[in-house]
Amino acid sequence: MTLIDLANPTRFMTLSARILPWLAALTAIVLVIGVYQSATAPDDYQQGATVKIMFIHVPNAWLSMFVWGVMSVAALGTLVWRHPLADVAAKAAAPIGACFTFLALVTGSLWGRPMWGTYWEWDARLTSVLILFLMYLGLIALWRAVEDPSRAARAAAVLTLVGAINLPIIKFSVDWWNTLHQPASVLRAGGPALDRAFLIPLLVMAIAFSLLFLTLHLAAMRNEILRRRVRSLQLLQASRAEA
Amino acid sequence: MSLGPYAAFIVTAYLLVTAVVLTLIAWITFDYRRQQRRLRELDAAGILRRSGRGATDIG
Repeated sequence: MTLIDLANPTRFMTLSARILPWLAALTAIVLVIGVYQSATAPDDYQQGATVKIMFIHVPNAWLSMFVWGVMSVAALGTLVWRHPLADVAAKAAAPIGACFTFLALVTGSLWGRPMWGTYWEWDARLTSVLILFLMYLGLIALWRAVEDPSRAARAAAVLTLVGAINLPIIKFSVDWWNTLHQPASVLRAGGPALDRAFLIPLLVMAIAFSLLFLTLHLAAMRNEILRRRVRSLQLLQASRAEA
Repeated sequence: MSLGPYAAFIVTAYLLVTAVVLTLIAWITFDYRRQQRRLRELDAAGILRRSGRGATDIG
């Protein structure tokens, strides 16, 4: 069986039904380990216990960009190969990505208030992530506004690829501009600047949230395939009723 | 485990993440059940897929 065979919606439904329970169990296990490690991590010498917010803020921030990256690859699949699963993958990922972005913004705010003295600052990093959140909402609205899935798919794919320009802006905003937000401390040249006591729980939580995304995304893709099946059968029912 | 003077911020952040993730899981679960219910209704109405299989066949 080749990879292209697995990208068939029918095969996808069969395979994902087998994988999902195991993936959900693995996600739960890694999440429990991550939360335990986050709870027992030492306080930072400057930030005190507020460093614990990092263990949920950073994975959500990473995933907010990663999910848009996944949607961008799917958008190429829609526009170049017109693959039926590509738009399903992008549409299913958008609400999940919007939730991760919302959580990155709010947990960042809750971390910023005690550390910076403010919930919000219009600096390049915070503003570019807010724009990402608004783009997620715009895309979701677009999919809902256009009834024909194939027309909505092409418009959403173009918008997704245009929006991908924001990803390097978010990543390098802390280097290109003078921001209140700190520069990268994990994914940076010269290796992570974090102590192992914080780095390990952070990486475990990042893996847990990535697994959570994978699980939710597979489940949401299955729902979207079923929704499209319902739509096509309802159209068939309506055409028979007319005949 | 002492969370210090900013405990409210830390606890609120964790509770919020938990609430949003649980809401997302619940929404996806309910959406699956809703689609399955619609497919069962179509199945009961005798509407078959192009392949000839019933609407509720997962494959």
